[in-house]
Amino acid sequence: MDQQVKDKIENEITNNEVCLFMKGTPEVPECGFSMAVTNILKLLEVNFKGVNVLADQSIREGIKVYSEWPTIPQLYVKKEFVGGCDIIKEMFENGELKKYLQDKNISHKQ
Amino acid sequence: MANGVHGAIMAMNVKELEALIKEAFPDATVEIQDLAGDGNHYSATVISSQFAGKSKIEQHKMVYSSLKGKMGNQLHALALKTKEKNGPAG
Repeated sequence: MDQQVKDKIENEITNNEVCLFMKGTPEVPECGFSMAVTNILKLLEVNFKGVNVLADQSIREGIKVYSEWPTIPQLYVKKEFVGGCDIIKEMFENGELKKYLQDKNISHKQ
Repeated sequence: MANGVHGAIMAMNVKELEALIKEAFPDATVEIQDLAGDGNHYSATVISSQFAGKSKIEQHKMVYSSLKGKMGNQLHALALKTKEKNGPAG
């Protein structure tokens, strides 16, 4: 992955405490898995930035190399890769996600 | 079988998916469901002692690497659940 792509990715996850690399936008998700994660973040009233990988092929491929994770969506909180759809759903269902957000001082619905 | 035919077959049958996972996790219990009937959307639960002490991300990465690059390419969607198998009896 070239430096320019890496910089773009790091720029997004540095400037946005909660950053979701997704297909589509939070308002118009274009993939069931991306929509599932945006719904969870909306339910928890978490402010997040949606990065539409469909709008930038270099990020769509680069992010998979960056995180060594082969699929989209990918959620980052304070520059840390939290997981894809399966992990976020599982964490949400067992209460781990709320605890994680608390530990990271991310404002969310109690 | 589908994958015997030449050309970019963007699908994978259940047997192939299960074989790849079992190759990397010989002790694993593997349950696979075909979500869409198109060889492209599966859900899988993998229970193995190899997950012991590993984070969820590491566990999922272990399964993805057992698929030898097919995840996100030949295989579009895999809803994954991983669990530790406790003790030899499992």
